[in-house]
Amino acid sequence: MDISFVILVEMLYAVASLVLISAGLAVVFGMMKVINLAHGEFMMMGGYATITAVGLGVNVFVAMLIIAPIVVGLIGLVVERLVIRHLYGRLIDTMLATWGLSLVFIGLATMIFGNTTTGISTPITGFAVGGYQVSGYNFFIIVVAVLLVIAMIAVLKGTRAGLIARGTMQRSDMAAALGYSPDRIYMATFFCGSALSGLAGAILAPLVGLVPSSGGAYIAEAFITVIAGGPSLIAGLVSSATTFGVVNQVFTFAISPVIGEVALLIAAVILLRAMPQGITSRFFRGRL
Amino acid sequence: MGSSATREVVLILIVSALLIAGMPLLIGTYTLTVLVIYGMLGLSLGLIWGFGGILCFGQAAFFGLGAYTYAISAVNIGESTLPMILAVLVTAGFAALLGAMMFYGRLGDVYLGVITLVVTLILFKFMNSTAGPQYVIGDARLGGFNGIPGFQTLNVPGDPGAYIWGDSLYYVCAVALAVVFLLVSWLLRSSFGRIAVGIRENETRMALMGYDVAARKTVLFSIGAAIAGLSGALFANWAEIVTPTLFSLGQSAEIIIWCIVGGLGTRLGPILGAAGLAYLKFMLGQQSAIDNTLIMGLVLVLFVLFLPGGLVPAVASLWAAGGRLRRRPVRRMRRPRHG
Repeated sequence: MDISFVILVEMLYAVASLVLISAGLAVVFGMMKVINLAHGEFMMMGGYATITAVGLGVNVFVAMLIIAPIVVGLIGLVVERLVIRHLYGRLIDTMLATWGLSLVFIGLATMIFGNTTTGISTPITGFAVGGYQVSGYNFFIIVVAVLLVIAMIAVLKGTRAGLIARGTMQRSDMAAALGYSPDRIYMATFFCGSALSGLAGAILAPLVGLVPSSGGAYIAEAFITVIAGGPSLIAGLVSSATTFGVVNQVFTFAISPVIGEVALLIAAVILLRAMPQGITSRFFRGRL
Repeated sequence: MGSSATREVVLILIVSALLIAGMPLLIGTYTLTVLVIYGMLGLSLGLIWGFGGILCFGQAAFFGLGAYTYAISAVNIGESTLPMILAVLVTAGFAALLGAMMFYGRLGDVYLGVITLVVTLILFKFMNSTAGPQYVIGDARLGGFNGIPGFQTLNVPGDPGAYIWGDSLYYVCAVALAVVFLLVSWLLRSSFGRIAVGIRENETRMALMGYDVAARKTVLFSIGAAIAGLSGALFANWAEIVTPTLFSLGQSAEIIIWCIVGGLGTRLGPILGAAGLAYLKFMLGQQSAIDNTLIMGLVLVLFVLFLPGGLVPAVASLWAAGGRLRRRPVRRMRRPRHG
């Protein structure tokens, strides 16, 4: 009984962290079609922003939920103005330029923070379920992921800004004809995407020892989650995160964590081979 | 056609002989060997990306696979000739399987990039986790993060006691690069190479003309992988240890940077880009004021933004603009179509 509860929590946690890791990329890649290979480094910077802010005496939740997204969002804004803006519509070139950017960020972080592991302790203590110890922080991540998905649906479907953003991504010339500036809207959307990446990095920061090259650990999982999700932004994100999270945890419990990760990647290759356009090209069509 | 081909072969032979003999006067052979090996690795991606339009984000996977195949079979066999051959064959076979899965699945550019990236990551993660004594192939322990040290290095075929190392290893690698370069030139002049370029330019049209696009791309992909595997095996001989970092994303990124900086759609560009940037990195490694990764990243971003064609085509077009005698128009590389 206890073990099944623990496994259930672990599975939900795996799904939730995949949702968190991929949310920023889902906006930047799924909506804007910008392949941001520096996504992992945005998360890494979110983590460093949190740790630095906590080191300066800021409350840890303020640092994670407010400071980190804003800092990374602003960095994203600069990147968009300097580099990405010139490369819209040139898929492969964006891929290469953002890969270069990711190397630049790794180099900068190494110069500023040094090539050592830093970290903060988890702000929520664990509790016991029968003979097992469950981390309370995992529940926090699950709650944040659920709230994030609800907030994304609310913004994209419920607000005028979300409507304009979605319209611009579909037909930027039409949006321009109706008097909106696609340039500005792209800029704002990229800001939001970067901020989401920063948030994810900040929330996961207490769980990992942060090094400048930490971003590489997330990038593959984020990409395969978004790509396997397919055209529908949120339905795709949730469905593919669920698929991969469950596969990962099943193999982790059955064999070992490394095999769990390898199984996730193999599942992704098989899934992409079977459904090259992603899950939502076949299921949940037309949903947001 | 026949006479120009002969002239090109003679030119390549003369230039490479001069370079092989002359370069050791400028740079030590130990460093030079690895530059040559990287040049070959750059050429392997330059072939499939620049001429086949296949952007592989995981060329490092084939590099590492070649190195590991060599190391594992060298430990088991205790001799180097068969392991060298195996390193090329295993890598080519693996790439043929992977390529067939991707190209017959009609995956787009982006998905191809992601799948090759993911395969590299799988190998990297798997190799890193093989530290335990249960991971053994024959007599070779995979060693996880520490890699495999102490395998038999290159020897004269048939005589396991006569090691080829130091200066001799440099000459072997350099001659191997020249041979590979000649083979690539021959391949690109053959109808197979011309059709590969046609597929790069317009896949649908080539398919409508009756060429089996998927089969041809698979073959080209595995030829590129075979070259990468050979360079990996040579690298194993140079480094005398193989570690999972051979599969790392940074390694894949570097190969792509070499090709972009050197120039796509040229044979010389990726080789020069690889050797030049690897040497730059070597020089930068001797100072600590600025982080190495930062500079490589900046180089990539600046080239994509300002000189996406690369150095060799840029120099070639400057040369043409200088009003020199030219027999043929500049071979312009149109970037592959993106869907």
